[in-house]
Amino acid sequence: MRSYIPRAVVAVTAAATIALAGCSSGDNGGGSSSAGEESDGGSGNITFAMGSNDAGKVKPLIEKWNQAHPDQQVEFKELPADADGQHDKLVQSLQAGNDDYDVMALDVTWTAEFAANGWIAPLEGDLALDTSKLLPATVESATYNGTLYAGPQNTNAQLLYYRTDLVEQAPATWDELTASCDKAKAAGVDCMVTQLKNYEGLTVNATQFINSWGGSVVGPDGKTPTVDSPEAKAGLTALVDGYKGDVIAKRSNGFDEEATNNAFVNGEAMYAYNWPYMYDNADSDGSGDKPKSAVQGKFAVAPIVGENGPGASTLGGYNLAINVNSKAKNTALDFIRFMESPDSQMSFAENAFPPVLASIYDDPALAEKYPYMPVLKTALENAKPRPVTPFYSAVSKGIRDNVYAALTAGKSIDQAVTDISTVIKNAGQ
Amino acid sequence: MAGSAEADDARAAAGVIDSGRGARADNDRSSGGGGAPGGPGGVFGRLRARVARFDSRLIWFVGPTVLVLAAIIGYPVVRAAYMSFQQDKGLDPDTGMFVQGGFAGLSNYKLWLLGDCGSGAWSCVPGTLGHDFWPAVGITFFFAVITVSVETALGIWMATVMGRSFLGRSLLRAAVLIPWAIPTAVTAKLWAFIFAPDGIANKIIGHPIAWTTDPWASRFAVIIADVWKTTPFMALLILAGLQMIPNELYEAARVDGASAWQRFTRITLPLVKPALMVAVLFRTMDALRMYDLPAILTGDSGASPTTTMSILVTADMRQGNFNSASALSTLVFIIIFIVAFILVKFLGANAVRTQDEQRKGGAL
Repeated sequence: MRSYIPRAVVAVTAAATIALAGCSSGDNGGGSSSAGEESDGGSGNITFAMGSNDAGKVKPLIEKWNQAHPDQQVEFKELPADADGQHDKLVQSLQAGNDDYDVMALDVTWTAEFAANGWIAPLEGDLALDTSKLLPATVESATYNGTLYAGPQNTNAQLLYYRTDLVEQAPATWDELTASCDKAKAAGVDCMVTQLKNYEGLTVNATQFINSWGGSVVGPDGKTPTVDSPEAKAGLTALVDGYKGDVIAKRSNGFDEEATNNAFVNGEAMYAYNWPYMYDNADSDGSGDKPKSAVQGKFAVAPIVGENGPGASTLGGYNLAINVNSKAKNTALDFIRFMESPDSQMSFAENAFPPVLASIYDDPALAEKYPYMPVLKTALENAKPRPVTPFYSAVSKGIRDNVYAALTAGKSIDQAVTDISTVIKNAGQ
Repeated sequence: MAGSAEADDARAAAGVIDSGRGARADNDRSSGGGGAPGGPGGVFGRLRARVARFDSRLIWFVGPTVLVLAAIIGYPVVRAAYMSFQQDKGLDPDTGMFVQGGFAGLSNYKLWLLGDCGSGAWSCVPGTLGHDFWPAVGITFFFAVITVSVETALGIWMATVMGRSFLGRSLLRAAVLIPWAIPTAVTAKLWAFIFAPDGIANKIIGHPIAWTTDPWASRFAVIIADVWKTTPFMALLILAGLQMIPNELYEAARVDGASAWQRFTRITLPLVKPALMVAVLFRTMDALRMYDLPAILTGDSGASPTTTMSILVTADMRQGNFNSASALSTLVFIIIFIVAFILVKFLGANAVRTQDEQRKGGAL
């Protein structure tokens, strides 16, 4: 009987020791942050973290890098496929001061938050990065408080997909688009589908309508709300009236990108706003790994529309940032330069992952192979980043909650923009 | 003396081997060892006897458990309470970098309870999490009341069916458990497919219902999925209570000419009540902290019509507000504690009844 007692004690003590050892090793990881701030960035093996949804586009490039740099291997660390999951995983690691991830692919909307927390290294001094050849809006999305904090990797802009068997040419303005809806009705399909579910996609669409009518959400300082301007209100009014007037299908209030994709590829809608990835799906003849599209050969793309012409799409994409605790910052920076090199950017272009290097869009061979490239270039030239603020998720929630209420619960546009302004003001405090 | 120590040893050894009995031995001992020293006068003799009987080896058995419990339960709770009185980090206007907020007083609690976003009560506008708190409380209690009521009614019905003897009874009992055995996240995804705009539910009804976006349809979608998932749990707990009722009672009632309804209301219900109340207690607490089902079925945005209190906590953490999220989770803890207290104190649900009470006949 007595022999049980020491054994129990040993077991508990052992468990406690393991638990404490776990804590203290975490503390050591945090302590290394001071070492990371030395002027010599260091080089060696690094890790690169990115969401699994787009992993296929970077893996061949990482292999190529690893073959050329035997002493500076890049290990790919896969993050969850959804944006929230990626964000949570990165924040947990960075908050603990770990250097699990040397280079991180950040959604464009997170850069300011990570920078303000001091989690990512500013790209200045020894770590300076040349961005003169990149699309200006992508660099803007990676800049916080006048300092560049990340190197844009790829960008994105929404396009207007339209059915060439139903309309001869793309509408040039929103009024033209709404006027052509009779043709959709005659064909028994929805006029337009887009992402209006209450999630980030609604923020993207709402800011697109605001920017396309000449308005803006925040001023140049990134803090002052400007969403109560007449232009911004006109954009939101067009969106809400379009939804209520059945220009945008009612079921869009539950649509994310995938639902829009399915509806358009199945031939259920005449127009759709979506990212360029849908082009391949809509163009599929069923021979590859993608299912056969119902609209193959019967659709084309154009820039999204605004009040008087092409609209301003909301910018998507990833920025590559360096962990402030990384022990191989020089290698990390070289890797970012490699990802922004013409060869890598061309590889992105061929995978429907819009490049940030402006010159790629002028390649005639590429434009022939991917007919949407010239349109995408126009879209990107007009595109606007979402508000660059460390409180982005609060600002985004303020926008989409209020726009969703205006769409589905009859909230007035005036009240909605007043509330959005208050959210932005409060978030900045 | 030596003899009694040996007897104690034997009991303790039995306790190590048989965990069920061990718990009972623990109960006996703690009530013996922890006798109130400041009790009524004239008890010093008995107290001294108890101290003399106190077995110091008890510390070795109970001590580590208490320490581990303190570390894994006490620490997070105390830490959360401490954090809830700290301000969330804010921006330094000069550098644009985050700085720690310092002591917050009650401002985190005012944010939730009074919707105070910094400029007085109810200053949180739509689109902020502070504005979503009371709706979330209402939705959570709505879910809890409806699902637990429906599950109790269905559970009693299923338990009485399963309690009868018929061919394939054990097969039915096993099959009924399947919804409960499936992880909630999988259940939620399953029902998300069923309730999709072009899903089976709409095909059967033949009339499109926006199950995941319409406020009331989505709330009922959550309720339907939850009832489907957890009624089996309820039914099995009630079935366990039913099996404790001796058959002779029913035979005697039958001889006395009691109808089936009378047998149900006069024998089954009163005798199954202890088990039933424990099932209700467990399910109510489960429902009050519901997260995954509505989050996966209809989305985890703070303003969705199915946002529960737990979803609000994670939404707040996603915004980087760990201290106000701590205040919120402390509030959720207090709310659930109050509800559990009411259920135990006034409705007699008691999951941890002592042997004595059980002997007295269920102690309602």
